[in-house]
Amino acid sequence: MLSPLMAITVQDIGITVSLVFILLGLAWLAWRSFSGKEVDRRIIFLFIFFSVAMPVIFKISFKFKATPIVNALYEKIESLPNNSTVLISYDFDPAMAPEVQPMADALSRHCLSRDIKIVYMCLFPTGQGQLEQTFSTVVRNEFPEKQDGIDFVNLGYKAGGEGVLNVIVTDFEKMFPTDVNSVPYSEIPIFDNIKSCKNLDLIISIGGGRPGIKEWVLFVGDPGNIPMAAGVAAVVAPQLYPYYPNQILGLLGGVKGAAEYENRLRDSDPKFADMPTPATTMMGPQTLAHIVVMSFIIIGNILFFRNRKRGEIS
Amino acid sequence: MKRLVPLIITFVVGTVLILSVFIPPMEGLGENFTLFFDIIAVFAFFLGGGNLVRVHFQKMSRKSDDWEFSIVTLVGFFVMLAAGLFKIGNPGDIASSVTADGSLFQAIYRSVFVPLSSTMYALLAFFVASASYRAFRAKNREATLLLVAAFIILLGSTPFGTMLTSWVPESWSIFQIPNLAVWLMSSPNLAGQRAIIIGIGLGVVSISLRLILGLERTYLGDDNA
Repeated sequence: MLSPLMAITVQDIGITVSLVFILLGLAWLAWRSFSGKEVDRRIIFLFIFFSVAMPVIFKISFKFKATPIVNALYEKIESLPNNSTVLISYDFDPAMAPEVQPMADALSRHCLSRDIKIVYMCLFPTGQGQLEQTFSTVVRNEFPEKQDGIDFVNLGYKAGGEGVLNVIVTDFEKMFPTDVNSVPYSEIPIFDNIKSCKNLDLIISIGGGRPGIKEWVLFVGDPGNIPMAAGVAAVVAPQLYPYYPNQILGLLGGVKGAAEYENRLRDSDPKFADMPTPATTMMGPQTLAHIVVMSFIIIGNILFFRNRKRGEIS
Repeated sequence: MKRLVPLIITFVVGTVLILSVFIPPMEGLGENFTLFFDIIAVFAFFLGGGNLVRVHFQKMSRKSDDWEFSIVTLVGFFVMLAAGLFKIGNPGDIASSVTADGSLFQAIYRSVFVPLSSTMYALLAFFVASASYRAFRAKNREATLLLVAAFIILLGSTPFGTMLTSWVPESWSIFQIPNLAVWLMSSPNLAGQRAIIIGIGLGVVSISLRLILGLERTYLGDDNA
């Protein structure tokens, strides 16, 4: 039988050390601020550095239950019959990738594991590079039996933003006469019964910039009456709530949304037990960084009210 | 003539694109006009690339401030251009994807461009932290409302939000911080965002009509028109 001491994990030690370190640091910062001494900006930066670095070093992560808005997308994919076709559009660049690439990977993994066909494309030029990352880490690595052109296809990037969407809502071939490997549209088996976006079972736009999910809803989802969902950076998520649940049936917002989806996927099926969960890993640094930022807000405001009471500021 | 031609093009294209939404036989014409737009958009890449090279060559030849950075820009531009155009190291033939795994283009993209872009974006966290300590103050009623809302959203997105209010009975679950965060996003935020979207929509309709009818001519580069 394990002694209680043996049951303590590295993660427990990590959480304790991180919290003690950060709390002591914040107490010192509060004391210094209330003594009227200047706090150098670099000290603030150090706090953020440690609050992000420590969870990475000690591998601290947190589990999240999927919220209804995330769960709705999961359930939609679960409800699709085999051989349905889903379009995933990579509308983002590397700056947004840490937040949204885990969503794109998890969604690809979910669809392919359920034998749902995927049409990949992007409205951002840099999306094609990000798409290749999903191909090398998920599609080719975890599903080597899936065939290009039959189970998935990569249409790549096309310039024009809204213009591209305005055409593919009625005709794919006009805008994408070939896939990214120059295979003609008519020779790609996945498109045998697909002429336009209207023949798709679901469209998911991953991104947060422009063109992005709003343009997809305006030019494709609403006019074509096609089910749509989105995965976006956290700063963009609040702007998309007006579209839920009528225009977009589900929404993954930021790292938290991606982590919720990863957890939902992992809990649903034992075959996903060992899948990579980058978003869940990132929740550790994000959580501690949020706590530090909130502490700064509290200390800053106590200082502000104290100084105002003393008449030092008007 | 110089101004009349663009005005006529704008009027015809705008009218056709609007009518193609409401009159099904005109749908094909609308699509073709959109394709013309995409072809023109591709030419913008040539113009953009040409302009970038011209500006940075000028900067280097005149030895303007920070002209050394122009060398980095131009070297980066030409290396990526060559890697993409000639598909250097690409495992497939010339027809294969430019971003195929193993190509020089994808290798540079993954090992240089991705880390640099992510780093630049991540630096925001440091400035947000600094601003939260120095500037995020409850100076008046509006600022206090914003501060409280931000605080709830921040707390709601961490496990501590759940831990702090897990004692609140189920009948009062709206006061549990994660639920409060969801309510803030799906009620007050939703109302505000809808108002903004409707306002923008009306603005877009109005400015589009002005453009199509030739009342708005600033895009021609004539502010007094």
